[in-house]
Amino acid sequence: MSRRARLVVFAIGGVALAIVFGFAFARMPHFGATHHPYRDLSVAFAVLRQSANAVSAVNFDQRGFDTLGEETILLASVLGAVILLRPSDSERARTPKDTGPVLSLTRLVGYVLLPVTLIIGADVVAHGQLTPGGGFQGGVVLATGLHLLYITGSYQALRRLRPLAWYEYGEAIGMGAVVVLGVSGLIAGAGFLANVLPLGTMGQLYSSGTVGVFSVAVGAEVASGVVVLLAQFLEQDIAITQGKNE
Amino acid sequence: MTLLIVLALTFVAVGGTAVVLTGDPGRQAVLLSVYGVLLTVLFLVLQAPDVALSQVAIGSAVVPLMVLLAVRAVRSVRERRR
Amino acid sequence: MSWYPYCVAGWLVLAGIFGVVRSRDLIHTVICVSIAQSGTYVLLLSIGYQSGASAPIFGSSTPPSAPVVDPVVQAMALTDIVVSATVTALLLALVVQVAKRHGTIVPDELRALRG
Repeated sequence: MSRRARLVVFAIGGVALAIVFGFAFARMPHFGATHHPYRDLSVAFAVLRQSANAVSAVNFDQRGFDTLGEETILLASVLGAVILLRPSDSERARTPKDTGPVLSLTRLVGYVLLPVTLIIGADVVAHGQLTPGGGFQGGVVLATGLHLLYITGSYQALRRLRPLAWYEYGEAIGMGAVVVLGVSGLIAGAGFLANVLPLGTMGQLYSSGTVGVFSVAVGAEVASGVVVLLAQFLEQDIAITQGKNE
Repeated sequence: MTLLIVLALTFVAVGGTAVVLTGDPGRQAVLLSVYGVLLTVLFLVLQAPDVALSQVAIGSAVVPLMVLLAVRAVRSVRERRR
Repeated sequence: MSWYPYCVAGWLVLAGIFGVVRSRDLIHTVICVSIAQSGTYVLLLSIGYQSGASAPIFGSSTPPSAPVVDPVVQAMALTDIVVSATVTALLLALVVQVAKRHGTIVPDELRALRG
């Protein structure tokens, strides 16, 4: 289809979609209204389960099975990217030399911020049931914190701190831990991924049962997954070269 | 609806349009990073700190980095074929 | 003016699709898909918002009886953001493979995909 034809089809379709949106938005409740039935049910249940962070309670307690599905999508996407970016037959991996001059200030800031970021990431994961945070956010902070080493200019240092096999195991362990948690709910007689640990008191570090454990497992999986993903792109860019010209 | 929410929404709409209308993917990556921060501000104003935390980590760090690495990989592939 | 957030969400979705249609570079296409996805996050969070309510985190400043915004849509949006970033990565890996096999990432030049 030529470019002009594509734009004409989009113009017609876009206008139709905008009209449908208009009809839908006219019938939706007003922005800022007070009628939220799901919120009332969800918050009441979260308070019952002693969860200070209602969003984590929804993710890891009330809709835990959907979180398991999302984790699987993440695992599958990382697997797909690894397969697609594998060096093909005519490419081979080489040891990269370090990059050119990096400002010493950048290096200092990178080295100082690396342990700070890792600790903050672990804190966000561990306090998922108390403060804004949880496995997903903390996992991403951990993964990007590790790549501060790359920003300080030393790809070799990053590679040493990132033996890729360990992170692949980490992903699998994170995913497996969630399944084991779910099965333990079945064994306790309450249902897959049910909250079977003692609930504790709202506001303390140990509260709301399996939410904390689930959050740590998801954090391990997301962090490992993002590290593996970024590693594929970095290797593609830095360490793979063509064997012969095509 | 407060003025803060209206401003945040307007900035997000303008930022999104700017990202879509930029042709060069390298420049788009930087604009995407800024757009991620604008979205984070909007999510904070809408009382969603969890979503804002997630967006700032992903939309300002991970996705622009991957886009820039992909742009470089494609460019080096094209230079090798020449 | 209470329809303004929904209109911004709809605008972002349409702008993303417009970018995909008009694109001359496959990486630009992937980024525009990501913009369209962010429109859905804005829509979800706007539906859950209540004027004057606070974030759904209970502590010393927010007792469990205070009005809070909807946590269900926030939970959906936050897992979606992380997972769709990895799907974007998968799409970018596909683009790199297309560049290796066909030498071009301009959609109009990709003849092998023509029916």
